[in-house]
Amino acid sequence: MTTGRLLLAVEADGAGAHPAAWRFPDASGTMLDPRSIKETVTAAEWAGFAFAAFGDGPTPPPAGARIEAGVRAAYLSQLTRCIGLAPTLHVTTTEPFHLATQLASLDHASHGRAAWVLDAANDGPARATIGAAPLDDATRSQEVRDVIDVTRALWDSWEDDAVIKDVATGRFLDNDKVHHIRFEGPSFSVVGPLITPRPPQGQVVIIAADSLGVADRADITLVGGFSAVTGHGRQALSRRAERAREAGSPLVFAELEVALDQPGERAARRLQRLNPLGFWHMTDRARFVGSVAALTEFLAGLAAHVDGVLFYPAQTAVDFPILADNVLPALTSSGLARVPDPDDATLRDVLGLPRPVNRFAEPARATNSVRSAASA
Amino acid sequence: MPDHDHDDRGPQVHLGVFFTGVGPQLIWADPSCASHHEIETFVEVTQLLERGLFDAFFLGEGLRVRENRGKVFDLDVSGRPDAITQLAALAAVTDRIGLVATQNATYNYPADLARRLASLDFISGGRAGWNIVTTDNAWTGENFRNGGWLPHERRYERATQFVEAAKELWDAGPAGIGTGGTPVDVRTDLVSFRAAPTVPPSPQGRPVLFQAGDSDGGRELAARHADVVFSRHREHDEALAYAGDLRSRLARYGRQPDEVRILPGASVVVGDTQEEAEEKARWVRSEQVNGPRAITYLEQYWGRDLSAYDPDGPLPDIEPSTDELDPSRGTIAIERRTGKLQLIESWRDLAAEQGLSIRQLVLEVSGGHATFTGTPGQIADTWAHYVRTRAVDGFNITPHLLPSSLADIIDKVVPELQDRGVYRTEYEGTTLREHLALPPLRRAATAPRRAS
Repeated sequence: MTTGRLLLAVEADGAGAHPAAWRFPDASGTMLDPRSIKETVTAAEWAGFAFAAFGDGPTPPPAGARIEAGVRAAYLSQLTRCIGLAPTLHVTTTEPFHLATQLASLDHASHGRAAWVLDAANDGPARATIGAAPLDDATRSQEVRDVIDVTRALWDSWEDDAVIKDVATGRFLDNDKVHHIRFEGPSFSVVGPLITPRPPQGQVVIIAADSLGVADRADITLVGGFSAVTGHGRQALSRRAERAREAGSPLVFAELEVALDQPGERAARRLQRLNPLGFWHMTDRARFVGSVAALTEFLAGLAAHVDGVLFYPAQTAVDFPILADNVLPALTSSGLARVPDPDDATLRDVLGLPRPVNRFAEPARATNSVRSAASA
Repeated sequence: MPDHDHDDRGPQVHLGVFFTGVGPQLIWADPSCASHHEIETFVEVTQLLERGLFDAFFLGEGLRVRENRGKVFDLDVSGRPDAITQLAALAAVTDRIGLVATQNATYNYPADLARRLASLDFISGGRAGWNIVTTDNAWTGENFRNGGWLPHERRYERATQFVEAAKELWDAGPAGIGTGGTPVDVRTDLVSFRAAPTVPPSPQGRPVLFQAGDSDGGRELAARHADVVFSRHREHDEALAYAGDLRSRLARYGRQPDEVRILPGASVVVGDTQEEAEEKARWVRSEQVNGPRAITYLEQYWGRDLSAYDPDGPLPDIEPSTDELDPSRGTIAIERRTGKLQLIESWRDLAAEQGLSIRQLVLEVSGGHATFTGTPGQIADTWAHYVRTRAVDGFNITPHLLPSSLADIIDKVVPELQDRGVYRTEYEGTTLREHLALPPLRRAATAPRRAS
């Protein structure tokens, strides 16, 4: 069941979801200038978004240029205080061990605000970047599952209290609390432990689209559906949300592309202007084109089916400010949005997700501590 | 132009800090030590280094946590961040210091790593460096998809092909939004991919390349591609000989002597008087080689549990295991992994001759003595001599106490260097390449790539 109040997230550091968005002069700054990336994400933080997503892939975007998402997120970790930082990293074009290290390090640098938008680029050009051929569907699915399992095990490979700095015995760490994981899968094996201590959140928040088939492993599953604005589309979306929840996903977010009316130009008319420069084909995400009022109403209906929404503004320079300045305040004042609380220390707190128990922590020790707490 | 200023002033001392993140040289038991894991320490240190007008801050990396006799090694500082992630975070809160990531050319995909390095370089405004390392063992490879795939003797061939591919990608980066990078197709025997770069060149053109390998293969890679050599030769005459060797290799690749800076690793203990400095150095060594560490040091060679022995007593009387240094992983330099029995015999002779305890022997044989111990003036004189004789271009300082051992250098040694005219009084440029006074890249960074 959802809480009825939506958590909101936004991918706002590129020119926008529309393939022609980068062609406009006010968009170019947001893509490569660190200062304007900072301005956008800081604005998202102030508006009350739970996390900012950073899109990426091994092949060039429509604009040709893009800085690696993990680097952008890390850069912002020192310039923001409470917004979650969620770079897209692909499991099919790098080493699982590096992914686990990079994300754990982002979580340390941000004091527990890291999330991972997991993706698995598998077309010819993407796989060619590592000198490999595309994987067949079954192998790719196996790979996605295995990389999540390895990454999660590596994040647990240092127990929270592994660093003891015991001057009397000269031990910096307790090596009974730093573990080999000894993962063996069909395509790779990893011994561990991670080179980085356990992330502050215990486990970095993993976000994955339902089409990747890992709703049983992700913390947030993303669902979409064609033309969700219509009644039929909303039904399809709610069915997908239900399936993800049944598979075990603690949270389900809708992915929603938005183009919003502004004074002087309606969104539909703007798209007519943009589309000749690069047609905005329907994607697996839902899409909303219209007024702020209509979007608010649409989201109110959605709140019964999903826990949150990840917005993809058509043009960051145009649609993001409308989301931040108009949509979010409207949702908050009508009790439809859940914004981060000042007491939330980590992204897991913001999302209402518990900090996971470490799989390697001995149950005996946990029992002991419960017992001593009870006797105290 | 910064380069002319540099020439007019004569040779300058270039300083970097190498934060290894693991190892016995980092003292953790003293109450004055900052956390070795929290980002705040790194922010404090890099901002301190900017105040001291340092060229660069380096992060070390090793892709497997070190072990002793099958368990994770517990006595040293351990647990490091991903270097590029950590440096990208630091780029946001610093504006001059160079940010150098140690990254492995054996267990990375070239296009992936080149892109992450270019991203760090771009987002920091041209302050990134890559310390190129290779992995010599399949043991580290057990954390990767294809562990142990590369024969030891071919690791520098792979690194060379990797670096050449990375340079090709960096040269082919897009000029900006909407232009697109030129796809790069590499098919060499140890590197194979096709990728279109997406990161535009930074103000310094590409990341500065650091190389530390000292074998013949390492020196050749340095002569061909490095901008900075992180050498091991600290003693003046040795350093001079090394510089001569490197410069003769450079000529073979058509490179000028000033295209490479030589910065040996060094540890520094500063005192207001010579006696105070020596006393401090003794304390540092006794912290670094405490009783448990001395026992563990011998265990690595004995291959047996020696925990019953008293570190202040005589050497173990039991015989070492006959196998080579297999049970200990990642803590012993490669050249020490064979011939351990002869080594142990020589230690026994030395201990008997001088009446040394376990701990005294380890203090004697384990290395890691401070490279420079003295007053600020003495150290400044020595360093000025080193750079004026072209033995080195500066030093990569490995701190033992964070942050106080660095504050000593910045507050006390740097002013002395400035008085001697061998150290900058302000940053002349904004990029790492400019700080190092390296000549601009021959190919203009923003020029479109010529079709071949």
